[in-house]
Amino acid sequence: MAEKNIPMREALRAALREEMLRDERVFVMGEEVGAWDGTHKVTRGFLDEFGERRVRDTPISEMAIVGAAVGAAMAGLRPVAEIMTINFAFLAFDALINHAAKVRYMFDGQFKVPMVVRAATGWGNQATATHSHTPEPIFAHFPGMYLGCPSTPADAKGMLKAAIRDDNPVLFTEVIALYPKPGLVPDDPDFVLPIGKGDIKRAGKDVTIVTYGRGVEWSLDAAEILAREGISCEVVDVRWLRPLDLPLIFESFKKTNRCVVVEESLPFYSFGSEIAAQLQEHMFDYMDAPIKRVSAMDVPLPYAKEIELMALPDAHKVVAAVKEII
Amino acid sequence: MSDLTKTLTRAELIEVYHQMVLIRRFEEKCKELYNARKIGGVYLHLYNGQEATGVGAIKALKPTDHVITAYRDHGIAIAKGADVKRVMAEMFGKRTGVSGGKGGSMHIADVSVRMWGGYAIVGGHLPLAAGIALKSKYNEDGEVVLCFVGDGATNNGYFHEALNLSAVWDLPVVWLIENNLYGMGTPVSVASGQPELHKRAIAYGMKDFGRVDGMDFFAVYEVAQQAVEYARAHGPALVESITYRYEGHGVSDRIYMKRVEEMQRFQQRDPLIVMENKLREMFPDIEPELAKVEPAVAAIIEEAVRFAEESPVPTAEDLTRHVYA
Repeated sequence: MAEKNIPMREALRAALREEMLRDERVFVMGEEVGAWDGTHKVTRGFLDEFGERRVRDTPISEMAIVGAAVGAAMAGLRPVAEIMTINFAFLAFDALINHAAKVRYMFDGQFKVPMVVRAATGWGNQATATHSHTPEPIFAHFPGMYLGCPSTPADAKGMLKAAIRDDNPVLFTEVIALYPKPGLVPDDPDFVLPIGKGDIKRAGKDVTIVTYGRGVEWSLDAAEILAREGISCEVVDVRWLRPLDLPLIFESFKKTNRCVVVEESLPFYSFGSEIAAQLQEHMFDYMDAPIKRVSAMDVPLPYAKEIELMALPDAHKVVAAVKEII
Repeated sequence: MSDLTKTLTRAELIEVYHQMVLIRRFEEKCKELYNARKIGGVYLHLYNGQEATGVGAIKALKPTDHVITAYRDHGIAIAKGADVKRVMAEMFGKRTGVSGGKGGSMHIADVSVRMWGGYAIVGGHLPLAAGIALKSKYNEDGEVVLCFVGDGATNNGYFHEALNLSAVWDLPVVWLIENNLYGMGTPVSVASGQPELHKRAIAYGMKDFGRVDGMDFFAVYEVAQQAVEYARAHGPALVESITYRYEGHGVSDRIYMKRVEEMQRFQQRDPLIVMENKLREMFPDIEPELAKVEPAVAAIIEEAVRFAEESPVPTAEDLTRHVYA
């Protein structure tokens, strides 16, 4: 089938729109999703096309947005709630963790919770300390809710459709810096990428770089630089932090025996910590070097550009980490 | 008594009384079994004293309407029609319990009778109620959600966000504040700048159905009927029921026993006594029917306890089941 070269925000918009056309139970709710066309323009034109019943502007009420999505999902609808940025999801932490993720289990499977919470994530352009979080690992800590974060427009479409069609709650984070970046996206309205399936974004044999979201771009850039020096990197994009595609990571590691984890988020109790723990627990016999982590620095992000960038990962930091273990 | 409440037949009223006695004896039995360590855990929030509020409000619903509440949930589940045997089995943590032994006292749900459960984070179920009501609004199915709200929950953010959302979306939900005068050990007057909790409705542009005597089934039923039908036709409604719990906040509460005078004042207007007296007034020859209620209830409780005791415990397979759909 045909493909189009479109930015990630358009790929997400296509996924959402196609699912709303396919299933009457799917609707969107959140701050500014309607008349404003969505803060990130993912729901552009939806209010005109679908009307107020299915495109529901909400007050600034994160607890109620997520909690009402949980209730609506329990009762049989398939809400796609938008939390404008993941920074505001902390306000809805209880609704996400104590309700979305747990109600099915604690009532012994009497109902399902087919809901998606979309949230923009990542640092950007001097947004400062409270608006610069990439906290996926915190939310992926708890059983009962899936968490996906796409790195390309095609993944964004296929993963969001999978999230909407799944019967479990999904927190779906979208990297703000990737919204405008283009890529080839299949037109197929049934282009669905399975939940929990990672992807090899670049094949290689010397080092495995495990990453997701924005980290994929830095890792691919680093792999390109390192290739010129004769070092071959395999870039594993896990796509989903929960469920995590450990078999894919292990398969790559068995081949390379070395691993660098690249994450946009903080280093303490992190994605990198989990990958390193899993590898030492299950792949110890294949390990030829310590696992390295490239993360943001363990500080809140400041305003001034010079020191903001200093605190963040980039391709050069990935290159340096790979060289340390090669 | 208004015309509305006369719509209940004598048989229905006996059934109502039966249900209130059943809840009272169920809770007394739970306390006894907890003290005997047959019911485990650290949480047991009993409904004794509040029966008229739960039964009165739920009686105003159609079977297709929905109920959701906080952790003081046994009585409300029974009033909505949950199987008493399976509620008791849940108290015992048995596989046959309504929540498979995974929920316990605070998480009693029976979706087959549209009882969506008890929730244990104060205020956490309020937006869920709004969401279930949104389903009714979205599908235009005419169903109403009755959400029980403790007085303590009126002071956290969930209350504000959920009530406001229900108002801006005109959701078919009745917010019924069960004001039993204390949030754990803190009096409402200490916790709330405006202790007349029904007045919160004004802040949201919501229909205020005022305060009702929560110890009197007929009073609750009458106001609840109006509120439920208002919600069905127009949008959210708020009712405050003044009631009293005879037990502590939970079984570990020892402060409540110091409130002797207050307790006596409410117990003189005990929901069961108020109901019996009204029934005698309405039907002078009702004594033989009333007399049959206690033995019938005792048999149900006995059977429920036996069922719970004889039921199997959950398995290792149950431990990991239903984490995901």
